[in-house]
Amino acid sequence: MSPAALAWLRFRRHKAGLAGAVFLLLLAAAAWSAPLIEAAFGVDAESVDLFSRYAPPSAAHPLGADDLGRDLLARLLRGGQVSLSVGLAAAFIAALIGTGLGLLAGYRGGAFDTALMRLTDGVIALPLLPLLIVLAAVDPAKLGLDDGTDASLFRVIAIVALVGWTTVARLVRAAALAARAQDYVRAARALGAGSGRIALRHILPNVASPLLVATTLSIGNIILFESVLSFLGLGIQPPAASWGNMLAHAQETIWQAPYLAVWPGLLIFATVIAFNFLGDALQDALDPRS
Amino acid sequence: MGGRFRASGSGGRSPARTRRAERPSPNPSRQAGGEHESRIEHSGMSRFLAGRLLQAALVLAVMSFIVYGLIGLMPGDPIDAMIAADPELTSEDTERLKALYGLDRPVWERYLAWAGQALGGDFGHSRIYHRPALDLLAERLPHTALLMGLAFALSVAIALPAGIFAALKANRFADYAVNFLCFAGISTPPFWLAIMAMLLFSVTLGWLPATGYPAAGDAGWPERLRHLVLPVAVLGLLSAGGITRYVRASMREALRQDYVRTARAKGLSRAAVLRRHVLRNAMIPVVTILALDMGALFSGALITEIMFGYPGMGALIYNAVMANDYNLALVGLLFATFTTLAANIAADGAYVALDPRIAFRAGA
Repeated sequence: MSPAALAWLRFRRHKAGLAGAVFLLLLAAAAWSAPLIEAAFGVDAESVDLFSRYAPPSAAHPLGADDLGRDLLARLLRGGQVSLSVGLAAAFIAALIGTGLGLLAGYRGGAFDTALMRLTDGVIALPLLPLLIVLAAVDPAKLGLDDGTDASLFRVIAIVALVGWTTVARLVRAAALAARAQDYVRAARALGAGSGRIALRHILPNVASPLLVATTLSIGNIILFESVLSFLGLGIQPPAASWGNMLAHAQETIWQAPYLAVWPGLLIFATVIAFNFLGDALQDALDPRS
Repeated sequence: MGGRFRASGSGGRSPARTRRAERPSPNPSRQAGGEHESRIEHSGMSRFLAGRLLQAALVLAVMSFIVYGLIGLMPGDPIDAMIAADPELTSEDTERLKALYGLDRPVWERYLAWAGQALGGDFGHSRIYHRPALDLLAERLPHTALLMGLAFALSVAIALPAGIFAALKANRFADYAVNFLCFAGISTPPFWLAIMAMLLFSVTLGWLPATGYPAAGDAGWPERLRHLVLPVAVLGLLSAGGITRYVRASMREALRQDYVRTARAKGLSRAAVLRRHVLRNAMIPVVTILALDMGALFSGALITEIMFGYPGMGALIYNAVMANDYNLALVGLLFATFTTLAANIAADGAYVALDPRIAFRAGA
């Protein structure tokens, strides 16, 4: 059997991981077909209807309506787009930064390596949430940045990626350090391969599995961070929906409409745990020694 | 994020491996080539710690500069607030005020002036409370310490037995059940669990107060404890998930060792092997992970304090950031960083002290 077939076999044995993958695919399909679903029910995520404030679930609003009479289902789906986009984009950017710096540090070594490791030590030591709150509170106008329509989305992605690359950097650096001393790398160098080629063709493939696992596991975390920031009013800005900002008023509306507090949180929980199970399954599948 | 809010990503990171990978390794000889590892006997301890302290001071200095710069980038500064309060201010007045407050100088000059005062113990006044920022922080500190201490105790009280139990029942139903609960703890948004806890215990059942905390002298300990139940439970339960995973992984690693088989073979009872050989060795990485997780615990405490209206440091920092209270936000963030760094050094120290095999990198 090929290594890929073996990995698939091991992956399939991880039932929770499999369930997580299926759930995430269904969720993504539903979130990105939000326009169709909205059309089917004749609702949309942002239109305010003060006559249906706190409306209970009905044919018009399958999951009810929120404190401004907006359809809950439509907002949950739109919020899902935001959470998944932020999670995937920030994890991807963080992995990219971490891989680049990790390869450079592990392969080149020297002062750059020392500085990078001290830097990651420092970042890992920080209490992240207070720092994220300060970063999120920064006024982009003071940095000369444009405050466009999707500004809050890009800002959340940027700040989470900015603090999230260290795990990957350490992982890649350690693997690069180990690979550097291997015979096949020395052979490649003897054949005249340059550092860039060695790093990309000979070291990177050896890091691919742990990189994929770490990145998958980080997506769940990122979604949690996004939801907390949005909940605190520092992430995705209304009227755009995100699961976090849908909970922002949940504490006040808990008496009238407790389900408003239940659904978004349940979706955050399910999505994050699905990514964590998926990462766990990938680890079992790709790294059988662990 | 999470462990709960393990920011440091407590989301299901694999125990010990990612974070500790490059720290003083229990087995340096296995580390890849190129690095000059050298074994230093006990005299190396003080040198090692001195190095870590120096590094921590450096991180703190860099951090203070970054945070100082960032806070200056938040919307609104003291002058904006005055302009908003007094529409009669002319632009010449604003210029004069800016010069008076030193806001016309470049950021590094202002930072150096601030740092000079800070080193002398003067962290400036809070704009919203009109009191020295350090005093405010000192008042809130015991509350946060109480919350974090109780939550920490709760999470360890859950995680130790659960993790050991799961490791002993490896790959059986009980193990899967514990593992599932751990993932649930890591994956739950802390603020949402807080809302759900209030919904159940305060709104529906009416057993416990939803928010607030009696001021000193207003109520006795029974009342205070009633207010502490929900925050401590939320923070502690969510922290337990990540810690349980560490305990389980560490136990499984220890159970695999040859000396465990040897001990069984020479006739020691299962309980004796467990107590003397497995537990002792398994707890070394756990102790350090606990200390390393302080930053995550603090992040979790911040959210918990905001949710439950608990008068702690985290809520103070959040309010200071939201109200552009520069001095207060700055000193709060620096104190939080300082505490986490101290916990990290304690983690490294504990690692060295608990494991006699440890060697440390020269000059690290």
